[in-house]
Amino acid sequence: MGLIKGLQDSFRIAWKDLLEFERNRIGLIFLFLMPFFMLIMTGFIFPTGNTYTDIPVAVVDMDHSQASQQLIAQIQAMNNKTNVMDFKDALSLDDAKTMITRGQIYGAIVVPQGFSDSLAQGKQANITVISDNSIPQVSMVMQGLATQVINVLGAQRGAMEVQMLSIKANQTVNPAAVIAPFKVDAQGTVPGNMNYFSFVAPGLLMMIVMMGAMTGIPRAISHEKEIGTFDGILAAPVNEISIIFGKTIAQTVRGFIQGIIVLAIAILIFGVTIKGSLLLTSGILLLGIFSFIGLGILLTAMSNNEETATILMTVLQFPMMFLTGIFFPIQQMPWFMQWLSEVLPLTYAVTAMRKVMILNAGIMDIIPEVAILIVFGAIMLAVAIPVFRRSMTR
Amino acid sequence: MTSDYAIEVKGLTKKFGNFTAVDNISFNVDDREIFGFLGPNGAGKSTTIRVLCTLARPTAGNAKVAGYDLIREGDKVRARIGLVSEKMIMYERLTAAENLRFFGNLYQMPKQKIENKIDELLELVNMSQWKNAQIGTYSTGMKQRINVIRALLTEPDIIFMDEPTLGLDPQTTLSIRELIRDINKKGTTVILTTHAMLEAEVLSDRIAIIDRGKIVALDTPANLKKLIKDAEMTVFSVRIQNLSPLLVEKIKKLECVAAIDQPDAYDLKVSARGPEGFDRIIDTIRHDGGNITMINTNEPTLEDVFLSVTGKAMRDQTEKPKVAARHGPWRAPQARVR
Repeated sequence: MGLIKGLQDSFRIAWKDLLEFERNRIGLIFLFLMPFFMLIMTGFIFPTGNTYTDIPVAVVDMDHSQASQQLIAQIQAMNNKTNVMDFKDALSLDDAKTMITRGQIYGAIVVPQGFSDSLAQGKQANITVISDNSIPQVSMVMQGLATQVINVLGAQRGAMEVQMLSIKANQTVNPAAVIAPFKVDAQGTVPGNMNYFSFVAPGLLMMIVMMGAMTGIPRAISHEKEIGTFDGILAAPVNEISIIFGKTIAQTVRGFIQGIIVLAIAILIFGVTIKGSLLLTSGILLLGIFSFIGLGILLTAMSNNEETATILMTVLQFPMMFLTGIFFPIQQMPWFMQWLSEVLPLTYAVTAMRKVMILNAGIMDIIPEVAILIVFGAIMLAVAIPVFRRSMTR
Repeated sequence: MTSDYAIEVKGLTKKFGNFTAVDNISFNVDDREIFGFLGPNGAGKSTTIRVLCTLARPTAGNAKVAGYDLIREGDKVRARIGLVSEKMIMYERLTAAENLRFFGNLYQMPKQKIENKIDELLELVNMSQWKNAQIGTYSTGMKQRINVIRALLTEPDIIFMDEPTLGLDPQTTLSIRELIRDINKKGTTVILTTHAMLEAEVLSDRIAIIDRGKIVALDTPANLKKLIKDAEMTVFSVRIQNLSPLLVEKIKKLECVAAIDQPDAYDLKVSARGPEGFDRIIDTIRHDGGNITMINTNEPTLEDVFLSVTGKAMRDQTEKPKVAARHGPWRAPQARVR
């Protein structure tokens, strides 16, 4: 059988699959809805930068001195600009703790007894910050904020003292340089601020497309076999490789269309920007889909019906969602999870996509990822073809 | 055609795990013949057809289909056969024309020829006005007509039909039988499976009776019936008003009884062997006080042939659990029934 006839058959099968898909209204609607919901859900449940406002925090003055009242007034004045915290009154440390336990506040800034004495004696004066341990994320933010506010106020006070000392000593100094001799200037490689959504978007794009491809294959193969239409193709003079290629083409096109939809929604509604080339983004999208399809066909050929195939796909999708660095950075995982994530092809697709979309990476910067995806996809297809051939003529 | 026969089957065996669906069968099908496979569900009819269509690999044995080796020249076989499967081969979301065009293209038919053939075949089954309607909107009878003409589209030398009239209304059944005769007259060899006795009898030039994967009889319908006459078989039905299970058991045990079937509470259908068989059976019934209200001797039908060669009625075993077709290593069915 000639190569041309084989390719023609592939395209005919692909065209038939796509035509069927195009006629499936509900399927088409979900092609839009699924990514839309996924983006909305993941886009809004995670923190996107400085989203905290009005965190209820108690301020407890146990020193009742002029100095402590002055400090609290300064804290309140600073907070008035940002409204990150919403100050409540508490009478004592125990009172504040009870309020935290009851969920009325997330933390407290406590000025302990002896605060003004320490200041007067030229010692470091303690200020206690307590927080709600049951919600680590919020308590971390609260602790950070309170510490930051107190540090700023401390620095202001320190600067004043240095100024006065320098006048006394008759020397010109820069008080800021004395108090904080080192200054951090944090920058990324591309200008602008990154929010969590921009971090998630490339991974989500790959994941949605991967899920689409992996649920599409059992439908395209097992379902057709179960309802009996596959017999029509298998009893025709068509090579099995043409059938596999036809199915692969159809699923790739479908996945690509879905990817474009996800990208469009992300850009238009969620303000995601693609820093790198659009062509390269599309290329990685296609390569990513290709790398899953061989695996999908292999698992479908190995399972005896659509149900089993779908279950297998779901089992596989789960680790892919959480271990490939879509939502949580791989770097924060324990070593065995990191090892596992290195085995999953989606990891490389997500990494490559993120590099291109966020860091404006060129093809040369993602060669390792691209190579791994190509090799993985090719090996899977090579294994899938004989397994598929055997499973079809059992 | 490089062989005298349309199909030559030698020692064909197909096993699914421990279950032998087709057990070492050999037969030939003449060119331009209508060849019927008659047997209950699970007898191995469909499996035989699937193997001959290259849809299943034989466990042992081989066959030549249209003169080509089934295993080594699968592609050449596939190019010359048509298949009407029990499960309809068509896509619900495509129109009749799109379905036919898709399959026609896989056989590399010229575009114009496909279009002409589609119009001609739709005309033949009176479905021209449905050409551009999606299959999903059709009735079962309409679907089956498309299912049949799908196999005719490519003008195959040999057409395999697996239960082509199963579950259809009488009118569609008749029109499909007419169609089968028609294409046969035009030179197509037809292999037909059915569990409808009448269908096998009226359509087939020759019939193979298949039971538990083996061919138990193979001849023309007339010769098969003669088998019964030659064996001095008497086939008769008897109505006994006070028929008891005990009496049935007693009759069954008689040596002259070749086969017995009880269609309802009062009637027995018996195949009696030998010149005195009939008398012995009637005597036994009378002796036990059986109240005979009617006796009919019948011209033997294919059903009687089936009864006498297999020892059981076909409907006794038609209700077997369906087992999913296996195409993976993770669950082996005990038996495969189609």
